[in-house]
This record gives sequence, C-alpha cells and structure tokens, in this order.
Amino acid sequence: MSQALRHARYVLGENPVTAIAFALFLLLLLLAVFGPALAPYDPLASATTSALQSPSARHWFGTDQLGRDILSRIIVATRLDLGIAGASVILAFAIGALAGTAAGYFGGWTDRLVGRAVDTVMAFPLFVLAMGIVAALGNTITNIVYATAIINLPIYARVARSEANIRREAGYIEAARLSGNGEARILLAHILPNILPIMMVQISLTLGYAILNAAGLSFIGLGVRPPTPEWGIMVAEGASFIISGEWWCAFFPGVALMLAVFCFNLLGDGLRDIVDPRMRT
Amino acid sequence: MSDIALLEIEDLAVEFRTRSGTVRALERVGFSLSRGETLGIVGESGSGKSVTAFAIMGILDAAARVTAGRIRFGGLDLLAANEKTLQEMRGRELAMIFQNPRAALNPIRPIGRQIEDILIRHANVLPAQARVAAIEKLAAVNIADPERRARAYPFELSGGMCQRVMIAMALACSPALLVADEPTTGLDVTTQAVIMDLVADLARRQGMASLLITHDLGLAMDYCDNIAVMHAGHIVEIAPAATLFRAPCHPYTQKLIAATPRPNARLADLLAIPGGLPDLRRNDLPPCRYSARCERRGKDCDTPLRVVDLGAGHRVACQYPL
Amino acid sequence: MTPLLAVDELEKHYPVVARGLISRFARKKPAMLHAVDAVSFAIARGETVGLVGESGCGKSTLVRLITRLIDPTAGSISFDGLDTAAVPARRFGRSALRRRIQMVFQDAEGSLNPRFTAFDAIAEPARRLARIPRDALKARVEEVADLTGLSRELLGRFPHQLSGGQKARVGIARAIVVEPQLLVLDEPTSALDVSVQVVILRLLDDLKRRLGLSYLFVSHDLNVVRLLCDRVLVMYLGKIVESGPADAVFANPAHPYTKALLSAIPTFEPGGKRSGLRLVGEPRSPIDPAPSVCRFYGRCPKGIERCATAMPALTAVAPARQVACHYPEIGGATV
Repeated sequence: MSQALRHARYVLGENPVTAIAFALFLLLLLLAVFGPALAPYDPLASATTSALQSPSARHWFGTDQLGRDILSRIIVATRLDLGIAGASVILAFAIGALAGTAAGYFGGWTDRLVGRAVDTVMAFPLFVLAMGIVAALGNTITNIVYATAIINLPIYARVARSEANIRREAGYIEAARLSGNGEARILLAHILPNILPIMMVQISLTLGYAILNAAGLSFIGLGVRPPTPEWGIMVAEGASFIISGEWWCAFFPGVALMLAVFCFNLLGDGLRDIVDPRMRT
Repeated sequence: MSDIALLEIEDLAVEFRTRSGTVRALERVGFSLSRGETLGIVGESGSGKSVTAFAIMGILDAAARVTAGRIRFGGLDLLAANEKTLQEMRGRELAMIFQNPRAALNPIRPIGRQIEDILIRHANVLPAQARVAAIEKLAAVNIADPERRARAYPFELSGGMCQRVMIAMALACSPALLVADEPTTGLDVTTQAVIMDLVADLARRQGMASLLITHDLGLAMDYCDNIAVMHAGHIVEIAPAATLFRAPCHPYTQKLIAATPRPNARLADLLAIPGGLPDLRRNDLPPCRYSARCERRGKDCDTPLRVVDLGAGHRVACQYPL
Repeated sequence: MTPLLAVDELEKHYPVVARGLISRFARKKPAMLHAVDAVSFAIARGETVGLVGESGCGKSTLVRLITRLIDPTAGSISFDGLDTAAVPARRFGRSALRRRIQMVFQDAEGSLNPRFTAFDAIAEPARRLARIPRDALKARVEEVADLTGLSRELLGRFPHQLSGGQKARVGIARAIVVEPQLLVLDEPTSALDVSVQVVILRLLDDLKRRLGLSYLFVSHDLNVVRLLCDRVLVMYLGKIVESGPADAVFANPAHPYTKALLSAIPTFEPGGKRSGLRLVGEPRSPIDPAPSVCRFYGRCPKGIERCATAMPALTAVAPARQVACHYPEIGGATV
C-alpha cells in the first residue's frame, strides 16, 4: 500500500497540473458537502431591488435577474451537479462494466447481445438520446440521472469488454481453472479486480462528460427546473443578458462548469499515470 | 580475419537516471572487433549486454547517459558524431537485428517495400530498380518464392521468416558491422540453427564483422570466434571461444559454464551460481562487482580492478584469476 | 500395474473458420486443423516423461487435453484407470480428479494474478480443491513455501515484486499444495537465467523424489530434457514420431526429425555447428493433412516413395523404443 502512495506522490510531484487538478477536486468535494453552510446568502432568496448588480464587494459574482447572489447559487449548485454526474456515472459503470466484462470474457452470444445493445445506443447522437429520454419520461432529477447513465454505458462496456478479452487467455486464468474455479468465479474474482483500475480512470474521465450532459440538458430546459440552482440553468438564464451587458450572470456559472470538467479530465489523466504508467501519453 | 580494428570501444561507461536512483549500467567496458570477426557478448539478464549494443548503435533510451569512454567505428568517433551522421551510418555501414522480429517490422507495410525503402535510402538504388533488388535480397536469405513473399505482410509470415526478412533488411547495403541482439531467442531450435548458419554464411561472404549478443553460451560457442563474458555491467573475460570453454580464467565464467546444461553433464554436475546481482544503483559498489558472490574473494578484491592479458587474445579482469 | 496416465488415440481437431461469404453459406464440411492426431502413450507412477517438439507440433494442445482444460474430439484419457474424458472440461473443476493433475506454466509471471499476493496464489487451490479450512491454510502454505525454497517473508509480495526465480517457485508451490500425482511442467525454466534454471531443476528433481510425483516435462530445450527425464516423446505436427528412454533416444535417434533436432542444439565445440543436419522449407500444413502421407515428408532429408503413399505408424524398433517412420535408422543401421 505504501508503495502505491509513494508512486502517487511521485506522480503528483512530477506533474504539477495533476496536483492542481487534485486540489481542485478536493475543493469541489468540499463545496458539494458543505455548500449550503458556506454560501454567504440564501441561494433562493430573491430581492428584485438588487437585481443584475455587477460583481462588487458585497456580491463577489454579482446578482442575477431576480436579485439572487450568484456566488451562493454556484456554491450550492455544486452538490446537485456533482451528485447527478456521480450517480449516473456509478450506475453506468455498474451495469456497463459487468455487461462488458461478461461480453469480453464469454464471447459468443453474450458478446453479440451486448454488442448490439451498445451499438444501438451509440447509433444516436448521444445528447439527443438523452434529450429524448428526459422528454419522454419527464423533467425529474432521477430521469436525468437515468438518461446520462444510459448514454455513458457504451464507453464502460467497450473498455471492460476489450480489457476482459485481453485477459481471458492469460496464464493466471488457466491457472484459476486448474484451481477449481468455475467461470463465474473467475469473472468476479480474477478478471474484474484486474480491470477495476482502468475502469477507475474511465470513471474520472466520464465524470466531466456527465456534468456537461446534465448542464446541457438543463440549458435547453429539459433538466432541472427553476428555481433550483444548477450551473446549466444559470448559464441558460444568464445567456439572454449578455447582449445587454450583464455578462456575469452567464460567465461565472460557465467558468464553474469549465473548471469542473477540466478538473475531472486532468484527474483522469493523473489517475491513469498512477494506475498504469504504460498508458501514459 | 584482418588486423585492422573496425570497432574499438574503450572504457565505456553508461548510466541510467531512474526514479529510484542512477543505475550504473556499464563501467569500463572495452573491446575491439576486426573486419570479418564474430564476437559474442554473453551474459545473464542485467549484465549490460544489450545496453552495450544500443550504445554502439546510438539508440540508447532517453534516460541513458554515456559518462565516459569512446566508441570508434572505422576511425569515426560514434559518441561525438551528430545524429545526422549516425543516421547515414545506420543501415549502410552499421546494421542491427533485434530479438523480436515481428515487432521490428512495420506491420502495415509489405516486407518487399520495407526492403526497398532501405535500398532507396541508403544504397542509392533508383526506385524503378528497387523492387527487383529487394526480391534478390529476399532470395539471398533463402526465402522460397521471393516474388510472392515480397507482397506479404509481417503477420502472414512465421517467426523464422520474419527474422530472415530482418536479416535481409540489415544486410541489404552490405554493412561492415552487424549487431545481433538475441536474434534467435523465441525461435525454434531448428530454425535457430538455420538462421545462425545463414548469418555466418553471409558474414563470411561479405567480409562482415558481427557482434552476437546472447544469453546462450552454447550458441556463442558454436558461432563466435571470440567471446566476451559480461557480469553486472563489466566485461569479466574475453577469449577465443575454444579457450574460454576449455580454460576459463574468471570465476564467473567458470561458474556460468558449470551451470549451463550441456551434453554429457548430469543434473548433479550442474552447479548454481551463489548470490545474486548487486544493486547497480548503489554508490558503494566494489571495484569488482562479482566479488561479493565470489568464493575466491581476497583482500586485493577491494583495490581497483586490473585487466590481466594472458596472451593469444585472452584477457581477464580479476585479481585472482584461475 | 495400471499406468498413472494412459492416453489412447487422442485427437483434437479444430474447425478452421471459413472466410468469405460464399463459403460460409455453402454448408460444406469445414476444413479441420489437426492439432493432435491419434496420440497414444502412457506415464507410469513416479516416471518423468519428456515431451519435445517445436512450435506448432501440438504439445500445448496435448498438455491442455491431459490437464483437462479442453475436451478431445476423439480418443480417451485415463488417469489411474478412470476415464477423465468422460467429465467435460467445463465441469472438471468440480471433479475429485482435478487436484490429482496439476500444471506449472512456462511464463510464471503471466500465470500469477497480478492482484494476488504469493500467499493468495498458493492458498487458492488449497482452499478450493483440498478444502483446507482457513485456520489450517496458513500452516499449509508455509509448509509448501519451505518445500519449494520460497522464504516466508516473500509470501506477502505481489508478482511484480518477485524475481524470476521466486515467481517460478510460487508457481511450483501452487501446483503441489494440493498434493497432485501428476504434474505437467510446460517449459518451466525457459524464461529463467541459466543460474536460476539449475536451482529450479534441482528443486523439481528433489520434489519428484520426496513427494512421489510423476512429471510430464514439456520443453523445446533438449539439453534440459536430458537432465530430468526417464523417457522422451518427440512430437511433430500433431503426432508422436519417436518415443523411448531419454538416454537412448538422445544418443541414437531413430527418426530423421529427432536427428535434425539433436544436431541443431549447441555442441559446445567451437565451430562445431557448421556441419549439422539442417531442415529446409516450412512444415506441411496441419489443416486437412493428407491421411496417407507422412507429416514429415518434404522436409525430411530421406523422403522415399513409400513416405508419400502410407502414413507410418508408431512401431517398436527396439525394446521400449518406438518410431513412426518407414526407414528408421539407429546409429546408421536401418532397423
């Protein structure tokens, strides 16, 4: 274990950008957990008298069209955005990894079935598919999670499938059969633990995409409903004010989105370096 | 075998910078090779034999640093030469074949084309004539039906054939020196014999010198004029093949021979070599890196190592040679 | 006395997948790759039999058939009188015979799960096959580690933290922890340095005597086979072409292929190589081979008319020696 930590510290030390991403990730996590307590103002409290004020000492990020403090809304939205992204990624991972591993390991009909299902999902422009699912099922947070999970399934299934396929003929798998393991046990106890590290990297990389998805759906009105603070909605609402010069309404939530996605992508790269140095680009 | 030294290496030292320290991979490595001579470099894993080969070709890893020594090839100082000069030399005067033949060939280009590339680049062959020349080269390495095979991709060929293709590519410009890094490891023993015979035959016909890097002492004995034994980055002994086997002078050479399965030796006759390789990252390595494992260790072993010349091309680096 | 392992007319044929749309729909009988063809031999208790042959000769397939990782297409395998082919490979893991036939792999590193410690790797078969309860497991693993010369502190390490020799020992320990009777060793030392190889070979020899094991020792290195084996089988393109006591076969090979193999190995005489017997050309195709043509015909330095019209059968040419050749020669004299 300590060797893994030493390796982790080395990677973080070698690559300052990864260290920054890691720090940012911790910050986001902090905001997600303690958000409402840290926000200076009530994110839902509207005060039309102080609407559309530019960033000042009182409101660091300014106020929006209903006089709500944008900084507070951004902080509180962290929990929702990360939550949606996290839940959908975990769901996509659980189903996709299992299906993909089974497909890669058993081959034959399992592979064909999973392959066709994945192909079907990927045949659609993924965002449009998410839109369609949410439109059909309704604008609730659960449905957003389902939709985002479905469109992220294929990538996990594919990675799991190719990793399982490589390992299927490995020496230690034959040795496991000689040790009396049945096929199911081999899948769970030998193959899965070995592909988990690579899947973890994939999780981190997809988290960024999932956040964008959730924000994108909200942006077009198919996501979270107002007045719930969420980065995507905030950008959508703020977009109409850019022309009239009130840039801060869309800018700050946009920056928050960008930083979060950036953070997860860099984290994914760093994780990959920690987990498997051979995959380094 | 002429007396003019084609390749002269003096006092070569190479280090690798790694996460866990600096590995002193080679130290005071020196030998020379004449035109037409075949020298075998024999050692176990970690002995530095491949590093030596890569240093000669100038293809060491980016983490490597040559900290001392000179490599002179036909009068040219290879370590001081710039990359452009080296690129001219490689393929034309200096060629190398590698351990995994399939991995050394471009998988998406037919093998005939790969040979043509070399001929056009280094032998000044006109593109119009390159195809015929390439087929000739394939025939020279005894590939049957060379016209058809020239259109094949590496994955369609067996390991032995890929190795022949690599030899054809290496020898296309009749280089003066061929460096062969474990060329037959992974090939069947019958294929190995055929490939080695081929290389020996072509070397003799073209007057080419060759450097054979191998862990297989038996192979070196069969195909090399002289053999250099390496241990932990040092050359411990150099001698003509027959002398090395009959009368080794370095304790490690003797132990290596005793551990190698050979005809007429029973399991009880084979001896293990005690101890293990020293950690090459240490700053306090003794002058003789074998001394920690050596049964003949004496107080002189802590003094700087000297090379004893026993005459007739036999040299040993030991304070207490056998 | 029933032999420990008796293989009779064992066959493994693989259908060659047709390429191209037309042939797929043509419903012709697919071409078959004859990986193992009509192989028969036996291993007695306590005997060490060597299996030599080059790539493509079918020894890996034969090994997987014997260890019941795959099923034969024809023929029988009896272990201690019991028909092992009766239990399909898929279910063999649960059979009582599983623990009696074990294997040591060529690539020790690849045969160890990178996420298992040495202890886990050795304990797994002990738990699953020998059903050793948890509290007795540690003692048993340590016992076997001592037997194989693996120091106990290495048991907590992962494969990438072990040297080549240590990994080899873990592989051997894992194979013997369930007290098998037949151990199949698939090139166990080919990836090791020469000095480590001696130690491991000595260990295998020692274990054989102490635990009363029988070995099927597969190797392409004839010098190594000579050291450990009582008898040797030579395979070529799916068939056994020669069998007999190791010393006799190496001193006086009867089959031309065995002769070629022996003359290809290093002689340790300087310059001695340049005069050996060499095989030219490529081996015949193992796909749908002509049933009445000797597999070695075309590459064989002899090659007489009869070789192209009748498949030579494995017949006795001397006490305990069998050869599949129409014109076998022992020491220059036709037998």
